[in-house]
Amino acid sequence: MLRGLWNLTWLEIKIFLREPLGAIGTIVVPVLLFVLLGRVAAARDAAPELAAGGVIRAGVPALVSMLIAVSAVLSLVTVISIYREGGILKRLRATPLRPATILIAHVLVKLLLTAATMAIMMAAGKRYYAVGADVPVFGFSLALLLTTWSILSIGFVIASVVPTARFAQPVGAIILYPMLAVSGLFFPLRILPDWMQAAARFNPLAYSVSLLQGTWQGDAWSAHLGDVAALVLVFAACTAVSARVFRWE
Amino acid sequence: MTTLGTGSRALRGYLPPVAASRPVQPVIRVAGVRKAYGKLVAVEDVSFDVGDGEIFGLIGPNGAGKTTTMECVEGIRRPDRGTIAVLGLDPVRDVYALQERIGVQLQQAQLQKRITVGEAVSLWSRLYRRPQADGQRLLEQLGLAEKRGAWFMTLSGGQKQRLFIALALINDPDVVFLDELTTGLDPQARRAIWELVRGIRSRGKTVVLTTHLMEEAEKLCDRVAIIEHGRIIDLGSPADLVRRHCPERSVVLSTADPAAGEALARVARVERDGARYTIHGTGDDLVTEVIHCLSEHGIRVTDFRTVLPGLEDVFLRLTGHSIRD
Ligand SMILES: Nc1ncnc2c1ncn2[C@@H]1O[C@H](COP(=O)(O)OP(=O)(O)OP(=O)(O)O)[C@@H](O)[C@H]1O
Ligand SMILES: [Mg+2]
Repeated sequence: MLRGLWNLTWLEIKIFLREPLGAIGTIVVPVLLFVLLGRVAAARDAAPELAAGGVIRAGVPALVSMLIAVSAVLSLVTVISIYREGGILKRLRATPLRPATILIAHVLVKLLLTAATMAIMMAAGKRYYAVGADVPVFGFSLALLLTTWSILSIGFVIASVVPTARFAQPVGAIILYPMLAVSGLFFPLRILPDWMQAAARFNPLAYSVSLLQGTWQGDAWSAHLGDVAALVLVFAACTAVSARVFRWE
Repeated sequence: MTTLGTGSRALRGYLPPVAASRPVQPVIRVAGVRKAYGKLVAVEDVSFDVGDGEIFGLIGPNGAGKTTTMECVEGIRRPDRGTIAVLGLDPVRDVYALQERIGVQLQQAQLQKRITVGEAVSLWSRLYRRPQADGQRLLEQLGLAEKRGAWFMTLSGGQKQRLFIALALINDPDVVFLDELTTGLDPQARRAIWELVRGIRSRGKTVVLTTHLMEEAEKLCDRVAIIEHGRIIDLGSPADLVRRHCPERSVVLSTADPAAGEALARVARVERDGARYTIHGTGDDLVTEVIHCLSEHGIRVTDFRTVLPGLEDVFLRLTGHSIRD
């Protein structure tokens, strides 16, 4: 059933890293950003009146992970639409490869690259974020996986409907960036007017942010069951929708 | 088909030898297939069989429906109507089982920009369960051996085309589909591909191809279907089609003998242009009769050529226009 999955995944990773800016854009820049933000946060910690408790310490890892996840999804949307436009998807379909295998391979590529970026980031950011001592790395990784998985499924819906590769990136950005803006990532949602808070309840990214920030701070999973349920629901719904509307050419 | 008639000697060098007997076992059966894209009906009521070990060609002008027909047979498109069986499999229901056993070269395809030739071949060879063709040898045969490490985006058009043919053959398929197999190739590469295709047939495989080149169809195909506006307008071996639709033959000769015109006029209609005579007749016996007449009257000729119609002329006759218009 999934014959060829690893071959294809591995090959796609190699091909991706050959792209100009491939490795730099996905791995180096986020890590640098993380370290820089870490320095700022550390400096603020030194001046206690500026440090709003643990908000920044919990906020920065969530911020960076969300940005990575969203950019991974945007790049997935772009790759899928380029492959469709170029007839690569069609050529791959004229083999015993299952369509699901092709799509899973692309999701795996993004997940693996995200994981690699996160791992390097954790290693590089140790100094600023006290990883290992009080941060549940495993729980956070799990939260990140769930988050990425559900944002990827949103990406697939976008990839199913964008008309051409040229529109893929902008359309994806127009949909995802506003969602990102009111997700509680940059400022707490409770400062928003009531109606916007109500609207944010329909924003899948808000649940991702809540889950990521919570797990980083060491919350129990039981405190975030609602977030988990929402993300699973989003994943199921988006997968079902894209299975219906996805176009191969 | 039957052997060519007596006057056919002159045809021999021109038309390919045709299999002595029509293959009995159809490998592909297509019956009443229709496919529309929205309102546009691309293929309407197309039916044909392809025998085991045959090279079968679909020919027709741009937009005739060749690619659509082929993609329905390959299982990439679902026809609106009609039935198709390939190797006893239903291309829609048994699509994965079918893909294992066929090889496909699409008319328009790309690969990942930065995949190397070698990586493409080795990826493809891992997608199939069945024993594979030797990838390295295929690349050599197709003149791509020294391009193994080159990225797809750096290949020339013809090299890409050859790579796609290699990928179509990687699983040593029982049926090979080649859509516009030599488009964009130089004459030398084209001849190499023809050799390759004949080699595929000689190993008992079946080939279905499309082409715009009538010469290619005549040289390569055992049988061709002529498609226009989504319908098959005729089907047969190139020689059969020519005989059926363009039975006229002509002989062009030059002679200084003043008696020639009168003598030849008894054989068939003659046109004279100075010392050059064109004799228009029909049937395979014309050439023999002209030669007979010349020797009977002791007419010495300085030039002697036969002009035979080909698929190009058949096409013109059937559709009223040339395939290129
Ligand atoms: N994916 C598609 N969507 C809509 N119309 C299509 C599509 N593919 C083909 N067509 C239309 O269907 C008709 C048949 O196209 P097809 O590609 O089968 O022709 P063809 O004989 O292969 O032509 P060519 O010699 O140019 O390759 C054309 O009018 C074409 O515009
Ligand atoms: Mg075509």
